[in-house]
Amino acid sequence: MSTINQSGWKPEMGSAGETGPATYTGNKALMLEEALIFEIGTTGTTGVDLADAPKVTPRLGNLARHRDIGLPGLSEPETVRHYTRLSRQNYAIDLGFFPLGSCTMKHNPRLNEKVARMEGFADVHPLQPVETVQGALAVINELAVWLIKLTGMHGVAMTPKAGAHGELCGILAIKAALEARGDPRSVILVPESAHGTNPATAAFAGYAVENIPATSEGRVDLAALKARLGPDVAGVMITNPNTCGLFERDMKAISDAVHAAGGYVYCDGANFNAIVGRVRPGDLGIDAMHINLHKTFSTPHGGGGPGSGPVVLSEALSPFGPIPFTERHADGRYTLVEEETASARHPHSFGRMTAFHGQMGMFTRALSYIMSHGADGLRQVAEDAVLNANYILRSLEDVLDAPFAHSGPCMHEALFSDNGLADGFSTLDIAKGLIDEGYHPMTVYFPLVVHGAMLIEPTETESKVTLDQFIGAMRSVVQRAKAGDPMLKSAPHHAPRRRLDETQAARKPALVWREPEQAVAAE
Amino acid sequence: MRYLPLTPSDRQAMLGVIGAKSIDDLFADVPAEARLDGPIHGLPNHASEMAVERHFSNLARQNMTASHTPFFLGAGAYKHHVPASVDHIIQRGEFLTAYTPYQPEIAQGTLQMLFEFQTQVARLFGCDVANASMYDGSTACWEAIGMAGRITKRSKAVLSSGLHPHYVSVAKTMAQYTGDTLDTALPALSPVTDSARLLDAIDGETSCVVVQYPDILGRIEDLSAIAAKAHEHGALLIAVVTEPVALGAIKAPGEMGADIVVGEGQSLGVGLQFGGPYVGLFACKEKFVRQMPGRLCGETVDAEGKRGFVLTLSTREQHIRREKATSNICTNSGLCALAFSIHLTLLGEKGLRGLAELNHGLAVQAADRLSQIAGVELVNDTFFNEFTLKLPKEARPVVRALADRKVLGGVSLGRLYPDVDALANGLLVAVTEAATMEDVETFATALQEVLA
Repeated sequence: MSTINQSGWKPEMGSAGETGPATYTGNKALMLEEALIFEIGTTGTTGVDLADAPKVTPRLGNLARHRDIGLPGLSEPETVRHYTRLSRQNYAIDLGFFPLGSCTMKHNPRLNEKVARMEGFADVHPLQPVETVQGALAVINELAVWLIKLTGMHGVAMTPKAGAHGELCGILAIKAALEARGDPRSVILVPESAHGTNPATAAFAGYAVENIPATSEGRVDLAALKARLGPDVAGVMITNPNTCGLFERDMKAISDAVHAAGGYVYCDGANFNAIVGRVRPGDLGIDAMHINLHKTFSTPHGGGGPGSGPVVLSEALSPFGPIPFTERHADGRYTLVEEETASARHPHSFGRMTAFHGQMGMFTRALSYIMSHGADGLRQVAEDAVLNANYILRSLEDVLDAPFAHSGPCMHEALFSDNGLADGFSTLDIAKGLIDEGYHPMTVYFPLVVHGAMLIEPTETESKVTLDQFIGAMRSVVQRAKAGDPMLKSAPHHAPRRRLDETQAARKPALVWREPEQAVAAE
Repeated sequence: MRYLPLTPSDRQAMLGVIGAKSIDDLFADVPAEARLDGPIHGLPNHASEMAVERHFSNLARQNMTASHTPFFLGAGAYKHHVPASVDHIIQRGEFLTAYTPYQPEIAQGTLQMLFEFQTQVARLFGCDVANASMYDGSTACWEAIGMAGRITKRSKAVLSSGLHPHYVSVAKTMAQYTGDTLDTALPALSPVTDSARLLDAIDGETSCVVVQYPDILGRIEDLSAIAAKAHEHGALLIAVVTEPVALGAIKAPGEMGADIVVGEGQSLGVGLQFGGPYVGLFACKEKFVRQMPGRLCGETVDAEGKRGFVLTLSTREQHIRREKATSNICTNSGLCALAFSIHLTLLGEKGLRGLAELNHGLAVQAADRLSQIAGVELVNDTFFNEFTLKLPKEARPVVRALADRKVLGGVSLGRLYPDVDALANGLLVAVTEAATMEDVETFATALQEVLA
């Protein structure tokens, strides 16, 4: 690989290609290339003015640092420009429609950002005396009450840091409950269509994982599930609505069967957006369910986190939930149940999952969103999300194979397969074609139960105009894939980058930047 | 409802296309007994932006904030000044409202940032490689122990008594279920750590030794001897850094032989936020990269030969490997990693060293001032920006009494180690660039009063 010049692009890269004439800089008007900080910064530059340090005799033992760290600095204007230029190479909800199935990419209200930044929440330390953080504890507690009431459950563990962390919380609560009654079990049942985190979580907690088949309708095969239940089954992990976008009609029967066999029911709540305000998981016999605040309750995805995954728990599992948590007293005061008070207040807890109290910055945002909608608005959220998804399903099923279109209405997302595309054309080509049309692609190749799956989740924050335009674009791209358009095979053509060589990235991983001469030496 | 664009006539038209009479038809698969007829009883209905904001303002006012009080808390979360441009940049919609960069052609902004972040973390820690971040320091610490188990195929981890007690608790929670054995101990109010205990405990069954640097009481000790002994027995050294600013002043753990270095990145860019979201840092030697948990960003080229970045080595991860994955983790802490990276770019090496020198200088002055108070002893011989005082009485009520005087005077060891009498008089005090010498004087005066 040749060296990068001071401005960060490779001079020989100015080839005309298919997207217009070459430029000297490699930039194309507002499509701007940007170098790495290691190529434009120096270790002697700083964008921060600091007071002089007091002159003292150091107390660092003999461990003062002498070797260079190698951290380049930029002045403030260079810093702002560097990251602003980078930001323009990203797609985002703020820029357009983001139909990513199972990810619930809805609008992120800016009020949420404003309240999260209030000093009373952003500038308080997790270990301050509880008397000095009553308002922060109130936020956690108010959100907890909302989550309990919206789900019809008994308790909630607020500390899990993300959905998968919440899954772990639920599975550990199940494990603790089984051990408490002297009945340790070894198997967790997971449907084939589950998110990858489900089997990974169960295995992480020491369980053997067994698959449950689906019916031709795309739902859990109740008879097969019942046949497998027995004294070794600790529980099941069911996603409802499931990853095929369908409501598990037999959910209550599944719960009853699992309970009768002595197990517990974990529900993956990733798709709660479809039913919030219309269905309470507690009424379906669920024992534990995580809620992705970054999905249903609109906290920003941030380019890959931070998430937040509180777990609602049934009466049977609540005693085993993690510490710390907030308690509201009759006089309106809040306290924390943590190590000190757990033995008296929460003796069966399975322990602590994280250093502090969970994702406070996400709690403020989620509570702001929930209060803005209220009980009536949240119900409307589910209705509009489901309406939008069915509208897409019925507007595309004549051009794309929808394997479960006969299974009834979909919930929050519509699932299609790659059946019927021209030879050599795949779901990936449709995804990359959508990029050229100005959309983020749908979820692809998931769930695994459908060949070349395309999972489209519009959410409730999209207008009919947006959906109609997307449907038109989708129909056009699908027609090109059916006709075998070679330009589609090499899409995207108009993005900041063409298709990237993922094989090379994995074969010879370059995970950190090295000085060009070092990079050569390493090869 | 301000966030919902569909109009009643849109809804009607769309139902027509779908062929449904009403919205209820779309929920027909929900069993009748689980369908709710109307909004859930006992919950308020929608509220205006102004009403919601007012509610939060009222709650926010009930909290004593770090910026308006002499403030000395640390213990794994530190008050540092975050430059205004950091928060501005992370609020750009292109970063804030982007998804995980699984479609690299339209996510180079996030991916390049992650590549820069990984390089910064690796260099700061003195390691070869780093990942794209974890939930926080405590979970990164457990993930490192799990990784050491996979590499060594052993299950006994030896934890320093200087490891943050919450990190120990998280590891204990997990170890109950994974069958790992943890050799732990309580710290003592002593100027030296229990490195002798660690050296004794390392044997042919040890998967790793876990040492915090600087440790929970603020002490700084050379890790080289522990690394050597661990390596002699085929075990790994995991170093845990809860205050990354310290590494502007002291040697990197990787320089002293640590195999895996994890940390809490909250100090840079992220802010206190009552404990989260924070950002877990995770770095290691290159030879262990395929056993690393979490997302990794790597350099590659596109179809025209242009440099670009992608998420890579995903065959370790749950969405491919399912129950055989290295971890169940499905996210990183992307926006916090961005904040960390921007702050570190603004500082640069020069700024980080200056910031570290300033923190250390203020902490030395504060330690000297506070230990002049009758009955107050400085426990540490070595420290960076946090040290432990031994008070003449139990520290926990002292901290509360200080708060009554509008001073947030550190973290009592009684809060961190309830029911351990030998630690009850310990007070952890952190002093960063956000504290002034006037703050220290106010603290000293208040402490003197409370102890009198």
